[in-house]
Amino acid sequence: MDASACRFSSATNDSPRRPPRPRWSTPACATGASAAASSTRWPRSSSCNNSWIPTDRLHKALGLTQPLGAIDVSFYRDDFGSKGLHPQPQRTDVPFVVEGADVIIVDDVLYTGRTTRAAINELFDYGRPARVDLAVLVDRGGRELPIAARYCALTLPEPLPARQNLQLECDPSGALTLRLIDA
Amino acid sequence: MRNPQLNKHGELQHLLTIDGLPREILTAILDTAAPFTEVAEREVKKLPLLRGKSIFNLFFENSTRTRTTFEIAAKRLSADVVNLNVSTSSTAKGESLLDTVDNLCAMQADMFVVRHAASGAPFLIAQHLETAGRDHIHVVNAGDGRHAHPTQGLLDMYTIRHYKRDFSQLTVAIVGDVLHSRVARSQIGALLTLGVPEVRVIGPRTLLPAEVEKLGVRVFHDIRAGLKDVDVVMMLRLQNERMNGALLPTPQEFFKVWGLTAEKLALARPDAIVMHPGPMNRGVEIDSAVADGAQAVILPQVTFGIAVRMAVMSMLAGQQGGNK
Repeated sequence: MDASACRFSSATNDSPRRPPRPRWSTPACATGASAAASSTRWPRSSSCNNSWIPTDRLHKALGLTQPLGAIDVSFYRDDFGSKGLHPQPQRTDVPFVVEGADVIIVDDVLYTGRTTRAAINELFDYGRPARVDLAVLVDRGGRELPIAARYCALTLPEPLPARQNLQLECDPSGALTLRLIDA
Repeated sequence: MRNPQLNKHGELQHLLTIDGLPREILTAILDTAAPFTEVAEREVKKLPLLRGKSIFNLFFENSTRTRTTFEIAAKRLSADVVNLNVSTSSTAKGESLLDTVDNLCAMQADMFVVRHAASGAPFLIAQHLETAGRDHIHVVNAGDGRHAHPTQGLLDMYTIRHYKRDFSQLTVAIVGDVLHSRVARSQIGALLTLGVPEVRVIGPRTLLPAEVEKLGVRVFHDIRAGLKDVDVVMMLRLQNERMNGALLPTPQEFFKVWGLTAEKLALARPDAIVMHPGPMNRGVEIDSAVADGAQAVILPQVTFGIAVRMAVMSMLAGQQGGNK
């Protein structure tokens, strides 16, 4: 991490880091939680406004038939009382029936777990999913809630100090880079 | 002097009038309202933002639509809502406005939504709260006298932006009883702040405020000339209850000259939208054929009003340092 960046494969096929196919039979969709506790801003693909690139790729790679959704957790955050409303909340878009669905929540960086908590709460306001899983690119440590990712591409050996953030970047060729920045 | 609606961080502390609010704040309210429109389509039509907050609807003047949409908005944000009806309240027994407010503060109020026949009543309450050091309590003006009705002005802007996307190329006409209309004042302020290049007010001399053109609007006393090529027609209600004296011959005659009919609407652009803040007087300021016609967006206005009021209440309750 000293080089302040670690790179992920940008290939959509045969990616060695692609999460394994879920073992259950009828996965419904992948959902990108679109506001991270680490307050990272994510690159969005030009082809699909509400999809965040890794979610987009995962959705394709898994061959899911249900459309991709996106959750903005601004209205469910637990720090609303102290920090107020996120200045530009985005529309939450859940274009499938949640009731009875198998849902994968996808986030870039897993940190305190508070964003995931908010995303799960929001999801349940759309119905009762059969199952919810969490897939993340990086687990940076520092959890404040009993939440764990089922699929995780990289777990940092040491928790990242609070003064540092990981920021996902996407270059024009589609290659994804994680950059270490000062919070 | 500091704008009494903004706190020291420049965030909304109260929403009392559109006047003096910068474009960024108006735009932020409209931007925040957009994702709230989606809540109505959910299984659970509720967000947890204002959980545990108590909101008092203080309506000293009759209202159905505004009070109901404020109530729905607050409930969709999970707040506890108490509706105070003036006819059954202590005010009827002689309690002063500020005593009523103090009593409700003693009941741990977090926000007041105020409608009052007297212009400035919400300002008075906001000032009183500041003097009393109750900075954590917010006031929303839901219509005061002839002065302002800011959430109506904002929901109208949301509606225009929804259908027309961009304010910078529009010609907007406000038609009818501007003199008695707090809605018109809020609309004019919002339209000009958001950069609408041409705002027209159309009405008889007796129902337009003196020197209304000084607000930066074009004045027309001929409805046909005024409607020519406009993108948006905002009708106003003829406010019989606020009239004293003979400003008008009869409602029927008003309709003949000033009522919006399909024939007059045809002078506007073909894709013009027709708005009305309600309640409508059919056959007085608007013909039923227009009110129910394809260009009318009067019912979407009501729906958008819920999202806009949710945005205002969550921005007020969620500002930094104001919610400790």
